[in-house]
Amino acid sequence: MSQFARNLQDQVARAEKGGSIPTDTPRSIIQIQNVTRKFGDFVAVNDVSLTIYEGELFSLLGGSGCGKTTLLRMLAGFETPSSGRILIDGQDMTHIPPFERPVNMMFQSYALFPHMTVEQNVAFGLKQDGMPSAEVKKRVAEMLDIVELSALGKRKPHQLSGGQRQRVALVRALAKRPKVLLLDEPLGALDKKLRERTQLELVNIQESLGVTFVVVTHDQEEAMTMSCRVAIMNQGRILQVDTPHAMYEYPNTRFVAEFFGSVNMFEGILVEDEADHVVIDCPELSRPIYVSHGVSGREGGTAYAAIRPEKVALSKEEPADTSRNCSTGVVQDIVYLGGESTYLVKLDSGRVVRVSLQNAYRAAEPEITWDDRVWISWQPSNVVVVSS
Amino acid sequence: MSTELDPLTGGATVSPAPGAAATVAEQTKADAPPPRPKHRLYRVLFRGPLALRGRGLVIAIPYLWLLLFFLTPFAIVLKISFAEFMVGVPPYTPLVEWVDDTYLKITLAFSGYKYLLEDSMYVNAYLGSLRIAATATVLCLLLGYPMAYGIARSSPSTRNVLLLLVVLPFWTSFLIRVYAWIGILKNNGLLNNALMGLGIINEPIEMLNTEFAIYIGIVYSYLPFMILPLYTTLEKLDGSLLEAAMDLGCRPWKAFLKVTLPLSMPGIVAGCMLVFIPSVGEFVIPDLLGGASTLMIGKVMWNEFFQNRDWPTASAVAIAMLILLVLPIVGFQRYQLVQEEKAREGSK
Repeated sequence: MSQFARNLQDQVARAEKGGSIPTDTPRSIIQIQNVTRKFGDFVAVNDVSLTIYEGELFSLLGGSGCGKTTLLRMLAGFETPSSGRILIDGQDMTHIPPFERPVNMMFQSYALFPHMTVEQNVAFGLKQDGMPSAEVKKRVAEMLDIVELSALGKRKPHQLSGGQRQRVALVRALAKRPKVLLLDEPLGALDKKLRERTQLELVNIQESLGVTFVVVTHDQEEAMTMSCRVAIMNQGRILQVDTPHAMYEYPNTRFVAEFFGSVNMFEGILVEDEADHVVIDCPELSRPIYVSHGVSGREGGTAYAAIRPEKVALSKEEPADTSRNCSTGVVQDIVYLGGESTYLVKLDSGRVVRVSLQNAYRAAEPEITWDDRVWISWQPSNVVVVSS
Repeated sequence: MSTELDPLTGGATVSPAPGAAATVAEQTKADAPPPRPKHRLYRVLFRGPLALRGRGLVIAIPYLWLLLFFLTPFAIVLKISFAEFMVGVPPYTPLVEWVDDTYLKITLAFSGYKYLLEDSMYVNAYLGSLRIAATATVLCLLLGYPMAYGIARSSPSTRNVLLLLVVLPFWTSFLIRVYAWIGILKNNGLLNNALMGLGIINEPIEMLNTEFAIYIGIVYSYLPFMILPLYTTLEKLDGSLLEAAMDLGCRPWKAFLKVTLPLSMPGIVAGCMLVFIPSVGEFVIPDLLGGASTLMIGKVMWNEFFQNRDWPTASAVAIAMLILLVLPIVGFQRYQLVQEEKAREGSK
């Protein structure tokens, strides 16, 4: 993440909290107010409210059928909300047709016009606006230059590679300098290596042009790499809107914790509920979980404790404090991933816990191997208690 | 291992390949009956340099078909068109004959073709056919395009029903359907009676035996040939292209002109060819529905053959019509080739 994005995140965080620093308060560009979209009995988008700020790269993340694409299509004007309002740059756009909106969309299939050359594709939107042809030419050259496709301007889309097509689709949508660019799975059709490179390219273009991007994706890694903020959707609702960092470290629900990165989720009973700490008794662990922050739970009720695999320590030696936050088990499997390895530890209760360890030294013999009896432990501050 | 079909025995001859394939080949050899001595024709056709095997054999069948049922009759008609009318069986002069057992005399009579150019009736009939066929094609396109578009945009279940309705008339003979139009269009027919019954007109409108009736007949009969190719191109059209056009600022009508129409061009061309070409030579519709004043070349040809019994002139009419129809097709194929080359050049 760049410094630019980091600053914007801070500003947005202040604005969301209602704090007012008049000079650098980000301007909201999209306001979605209680929007619902029904298809017959099926509720695709359920009472969603969301504010997106100018200059942000905002991701809508969720599995298939969660309503993220429907929400994006409502922003583009291809779907009309069943109820609620959509404001773009302060103007009510709920019932404005797509061709009159100050937004453009990059389609998942790219939707390049097959009967037009690359240049004609990029010029298409400009010509609709009645821009003089000399200016159109200049702008097209400028746009193709951004994505280094100037040499291929006379080709037809079918003569381009997948990555080239993706970039043509991007600049075609950007050519009209929209206030907001909507991207529907922009990297979905690219292979992994190309996708990783393109993610950063996309962020660079977004920051240099200062256009607000709203990206729909199902890939949490992609959302994490690119976005200022992420909204996680499930079954038509938004569960959490946050920066990737906050989303990962402070998930507010079980679904978010499990969707955004991998996690070890323990279900237990809240036995002690104090202002500065809570204790959860989990039958799968031999010792209770001690969490060093308070939660708004009910003593005796069910609680979920989420611990990320990299925040679990693995050792053959007994930890210093064996009264809490630890358990014993046997290494069942080791998944080597290059930079790190994931150990699957089978606890005495039968529960399998994932533990990630950095492979920091090249020639080092792994200290812990298959069938070793080990202790797992974690810091009280590394546990997040989430609601179901 | 390559397996070829032996066209006469119907069995597979297996040429051995290294490794495991060899055992298979041996087995086949052991199971097969002792080879029969092959006929000489067999050797010419299926062995040696001019061998007809595998792919060649498959391609040969349609060529043979065309040779038998298209090229041979065409050659006969072409031959007759260069003969002269005479009373006898057959009713034309021979093209090639022996004179005094010494000379081979080839007589090429151009009288048939000359007659075509001299008598303005033929030229008029050609022009009339082209005009009527072209107008009917445009009418079919104007009617068929919205229908094909509607079918392509409907839900998959209704789409099949609508397509079935389009081809449903084919279950009745073409001739009977054209006859049925006589019942509708004649002076005391269905349409006139209905209009008079509703009080819109006082006396019947003369519809049968007019050019109007011919247009009705051609458009009605050939509309499915326009709709079906249009439907196939429109159905393949990616809906997100239209959305992209609208997203970039096109109103729906303009998006149609800029995206849908150019992309459905192959369907438009195919549909127009399928309607125009048979309409030019149409005989049944102008004969049954048209009047004496409307001249179409198909009808003129029929008259020449069966009423005047002037086979050479009729053949000349047929050959001229063929040239008239082949030229646009060749032109179109040229155009397509040029387009393809342009596309290829663009990729360089």
